[in-house]
Amino acid sequence: MANQVDTNLLRTPLYPLIQDLKARFTSFGGWDMPVQFSGITTEHMAVRNAAGIFDISHMGKFILQGKNLVEELQKLVPSDLQRLQLGQAQYTVLLNQQAGIIDDIIFYYQGETETGEQRGLVIVNAATTDKDKAWFLEHLDTSNLNFQDISREKVLIAIQGPEALNYLQPFVAEELASIKAFGHLETTILAQPAFIARTGYTGEDGFEVMVDAECGIQLWQKLVDAGVTPCGLGARDTLRLEAAMALYGQDIDDTTTPLEAGLGWLVHLDSKGDFIGKSLLEQQKALGLSRRLVGLQMSGRNIARHGYPILSEGKVVGEVSSGTLSPTLGYPVALGYVPANLANIGQELAVEIRGKSYPAVVVKRPFYRSPSRLGKG
Amino acid sequence: MSFEYPEDLRYLDTHEYVRLEGEIATIGITAFAVDQLGDIVFLELPEVGDAVNKGDTFGSVESVKAVEDLNSPVTGTVIERNDGMVESPELVGEDPYGEGWLLKVRVNDPDEINDAMTASEYSSQVEG
Repeated sequence: MANQVDTNLLRTPLYPLIQDLKARFTSFGGWDMPVQFSGITTEHMAVRNAAGIFDISHMGKFILQGKNLVEELQKLVPSDLQRLQLGQAQYTVLLNQQAGIIDDIIFYYQGETETGEQRGLVIVNAATTDKDKAWFLEHLDTSNLNFQDISREKVLIAIQGPEALNYLQPFVAEELASIKAFGHLETTILAQPAFIARTGYTGEDGFEVMVDAECGIQLWQKLVDAGVTPCGLGARDTLRLEAAMALYGQDIDDTTTPLEAGLGWLVHLDSKGDFIGKSLLEQQKALGLSRRLVGLQMSGRNIARHGYPILSEGKVVGEVSSGTLSPTLGYPVALGYVPANLANIGQELAVEIRGKSYPAVVVKRPFYRSPSRLGKG
Repeated sequence: MSFEYPEDLRYLDTHEYVRLEGEIATIGITAFAVDQLGDIVFLELPEVGDAVNKGDTFGSVESVKAVEDLNSPVTGTVIERNDGMVESPELVGEDPYGEGWLLKVRVNDPDEINDAMTASEYSSQVEG
């Protein structure tokens, strides 16, 4: 409950507008970010039932361009990026040699220029921006491709929820409904160049918009004036957790592999050539996993939180990586790692909360699936 | 931001308040704590008959974003707890010094509460 002001924290171009909305701020990944405006539960339900708006300008943004961009990037991720058509994107991970996750990222493929160079946009986590940049510059052949860090120049706004399309449509000439889930396009908003993707981190339909700072300030104000609920990192966390989306630094990190984290759907071993971490993933596939990330539903209202021990028959077998009271479902849910033989749906476990043991059961992920959500993501 | 801190209460720097009437202490959390916590979703409180000790943790209050220990300003025995708040913890913030109280404790030594802060000491600490 400290109120210290850390003057080293970075601020996004939207900071003054967000301050005017009386948001409560917190330090996150080196940034001074809003944790809540009207209240986490109110904001959470606004995104589930109508539309919410998030300033995500703190996230890292890289533009890449080069003749063999996709082929080069292929070496750093377990996903087959060659399959991507113009306007498609892939959620994937950067891996180290032990197949540990350096970061989870989205690669948006933007097609070829007139001179045959491939273009793409990579969005990464805020706290890992510098680490990722160094990794890219170390492992990509930069003599043949251009790497541009635009993290600090651009505003990134997420408009999420079943009504997101209706609120954003008046600012865009194209039919937003024609963008598929995980699709994207380059267009204009308020007469300025804009990148719009049908992606997000809430489990709802919605859009992520990247524009210049001045345009972003105007768009934020217009959407808030139109009735979109301003949302902070608190609601972002409860929303993504209900949707069982991993949070980097908690659910996944340099020591967890995508197979252990339940991200096997982005590992395309068969269709891919070599990539960093491949041999370890092949080994895990052949020998089986020693641990897995599971979804836990708690009985009662005690909340399992990050770092709490997971028990089986009184013995510690794992640890909670994320947990909250699900505002939509009304009961506590959590993610955590347990031995693979205890990871089956229906497995009864317990979580130790302040010295006492409380029952938990392994359930299917996501905990909540929105009716408004398009396709698989 | 400015909140109300009634003059007849005493306060801990961990944001609990205590109201002493005779040898009965009523314990709750302050308006400042309610504001800092955000949406309160869960309360863990001792049973009637349990002992509490001054300075020790007697329970916890959990919001969507965090969990905080509750610390006792007095030593004594729990004679009543506010089950309405345990069932609907989100109501604590509506009237923290009235309907939103948490525990009533029969104290061993009424003078103990003099160690806690006065309203003006507490408000100058939290409001700066």
